[in-house]
Amino acid sequence: MTSPLQQKIKITGPSIVTANRTWDGAVIYRTGSKSWSDELAEAAIVRTADEARALLTEAVADDLNAIGPYIAPVEVAADGAVKPGNMREHIRLTGATIALPAQA
Amino acid sequence: MYAYDDIDRTLVNERVAEFRDQVKRRLSGELSEDEFKMLRLQNGVYLQLHAYMYRIAIPYGTLASNQLRRLAHVARRYDRGYGHFTTRQNIQFNWIKLAELPDAMADLAEVGIQSMQTSGNNMRNVTADQWAGVAPGEVEDPRIWAELLRQFTTLHPEFSFLPRKFKIAITASEHDRAAIKIHDIGLRLLKNEQGETGFEVLVGGGLGRSPFIAKTIKPFVHGHDILSYVEAILRVYNQYGRRDNIYKARIKILVHELGIEKFAAEVEEEWQQIREGVLKLDEGIVEDIRSRFFYPAYETQPAMPDELKQAAHDPKFEAWRKNSVFPHKQQGYAIAVVSLKPVGKPPGDATADQMDALADIADKYSFGEIRVGHEQNLALPHVKKRDLPAVWKALEAIGLAIPNVNLVSDIIACPGLDYCSLANARSIPIAQEITRRFANHDTANLIGRLHINISGCINACGHHHVGHIGILGVEKNNEEFYQITIGGRADEGAELGTLIGPAVPYAEVADVVEDIVEAYLALRARPEELFVDTVKRLGVEPFRERVYATR
Amino acid sequence: MPLVKGGHIIADEYVRVTDDAELPAQGAILVSETRFLAGPDALVGRAGGKLGVIWPNNRDVDDLVPYLDRLALVALVFPSFRDGRAYTQARLLRERYGYRGELRATGQVLRDQFVFMLRAGFDAFEVKKQADAEAFTETVKRYSVFYQPAGDGRISALHQRLQLRHSESAGL
Repeated sequence: MTSPLQQKIKITGPSIVTANRTWDGAVIYRTGSKSWSDELAEAAIVRTADEARALLTEAVADDLNAIGPYIAPVEVAADGAVKPGNMREHIRLTGATIALPAQA
Repeated sequence: MYAYDDIDRTLVNERVAEFRDQVKRRLSGELSEDEFKMLRLQNGVYLQLHAYMYRIAIPYGTLASNQLRRLAHVARRYDRGYGHFTTRQNIQFNWIKLAELPDAMADLAEVGIQSMQTSGNNMRNVTADQWAGVAPGEVEDPRIWAELLRQFTTLHPEFSFLPRKFKIAITASEHDRAAIKIHDIGLRLLKNEQGETGFEVLVGGGLGRSPFIAKTIKPFVHGHDILSYVEAILRVYNQYGRRDNIYKARIKILVHELGIEKFAAEVEEEWQQIREGVLKLDEGIVEDIRSRFFYPAYETQPAMPDELKQAAHDPKFEAWRKNSVFPHKQQGYAIAVVSLKPVGKPPGDATADQMDALADIADKYSFGEIRVGHEQNLALPHVKKRDLPAVWKALEAIGLAIPNVNLVSDIIACPGLDYCSLANARSIPIAQEITRRFANHDTANLIGRLHINISGCINACGHHHVGHIGILGVEKNNEEFYQITIGGRADEGAELGTLIGPAVPYAEVADVVEDIVEAYLALRARPEELFVDTVKRLGVEPFRERVYATR
Repeated sequence: MPLVKGGHIIADEYVRVTDDAELPAQGAILVSETRFLAGPDALVGRAGGKLGVIWPNNRDVDDLVPYLDRLALVALVFPSFRDGRAYTQARLLRERYGYRGELRATGQVLRDQFVFMLRAGFDAFEVKKQADAEAFTETVKRYSVFYQPAGDGRISALHQRLQLRHSESAGL
């Protein structure tokens, strides 16, 4: 398995680092204060490959709390609102696009 | 049903204790994710987009009502009130927390359910014909052998770290309901001229990036040699299967690269060394396993009871009966398939309430037994024909009297991008839209048997290659596109489908499927000619012309 | 890396000799398969002490068979804990070729593989983490029943059941 840090980092626009939380698997975002949040709005936004690498390095080092950190694209509106940059991230943030069979 | 004894119970409990310790070590940081990942996978725990997913084995698709109730309990207590039945006789929960998993596992262990080796590079749940033991004309119940293989493959000290996952399926009927030709090992139970039980052994089938139909490696392996023969195959694979490239690591690639003759010769050489050894089964061992299967005490029942004659006046009942009720080996009994494919809902899902209700129905009408099939439907395997109207009413009350078994809306679909971290595109909404297009029962009936299989990525969990119509989600420039194949089939005449044309965007998939079905209705020689037979007769071209003429 | 044998952490009596180094006159040595195959007869004939070979997991153990009765140690390799080829090699050495010397697991040897390794016929473990080595005795007690027969000679569930049944009927 190749570590995410060994892969070439290429970003084309504003990006964030996201992962899943170890104890329950929930979607989390790396913040600018060396921790994690389940709010995309609190994610640290990076705009260069170097910034992305630094944020990812720090995230990967937290193996205890987060699984599989990776860089994902986001869209940042003029007012600063952050939206996921692709369908997969949209689904991770807002849930399945279908109605779930039951809600316990 | 196979009844666990102390040995089985002890093993499962020891497994739960081991996993509890492993989870504890992961949460305390003693185990890294890299180390833990393989351990959790060997217990059926994946990480998906939103949460962990927990996959539980239903060996050879046989479930007891108390087990189904316990699955309902797990759905409610640890998940979000529903479960998803897969194409390999497993059930998956999508929202489970790692910290709570050992408790869920312990709850299941109490009723003899476990999740060992439901993922990871080891021998997966051994699957079988879902109508095993009740299908008319079956050679003998293949579940005895599936159970012997289940035990043999569970926590095997040599084969728990194979190059890649390894799946075995077994059938004892002429019509293959277990899709043995798309498995790593497919076993077809038969009798030799002396009337002794054995197997035609097929090897190297599989879907995914490089699909292959399995080839026969040996036309007859005696039942008492089956474990040693499987061990010989696994030993050759464990030593020589590729480990340098995950996409070339399945046994199908080894068989393909060596050629079936050379591979068979390697296996034969190994087998000759071990066939008279400790794995040789004697009648006592086989009988011991057989004795712990439950067989109902059937009553003498009329072939055509009055209750059924009267109910035939109700067209809704008749529509369901004609579509969902299948012949049983015992006169007066029937197999009632329970479709989990309601219009507009995710294929293969059942709520906890439905599971509980179905368990009650099974207790009342089917000797407490439920079956799980690879088409992601359930079945009540021993229903008295005179009880069919009552069963239908009971199913109707929980939304599960859906008369679409084997019809165009009986779709196999993987979870796709709505849940799965490997997916490139969504599967479930595509399935939902297609079921809405074909919601009219009369139209669906007119079309006849037609299997649509949908996968959200090339890993092919939705078996798209072998769907009569196969739909594969791909990603193109950040958009969901779908490649469509026709003419595939998963049964004894297994074939891979052929691409019909360029991939189409998400919004057009249901239109294309409608066009394909319209083309079929125009092209079929007579109403009885199935879709897949028309494709076989005419090839893909006339379909391509009609479907893509206006695109 | 701690070495576990007989349930205890022990000092390794073997000295690893690199391919170009001179052989020590006395003491147990462990050599690579390259060095071994370059001159096996001289090595197995060495008078100064016991001989062990590190055997890679991508080479058939058949090449080792002619020398087995003169080898005191075979060390098999787990380059990754996901790579299970050495389990097959271990079973072949023990069960097919009757090797009775020390069979050592080396490389990525972690706690959660101990039971499998033991059952495949390993009796010595070069364990990656100290904590895992210390937990050895406790870990191998995790399982008390086994479904299939393997190299450790423990009875499989299939045969255990028949014995139980037999003793029950004998008691009647």
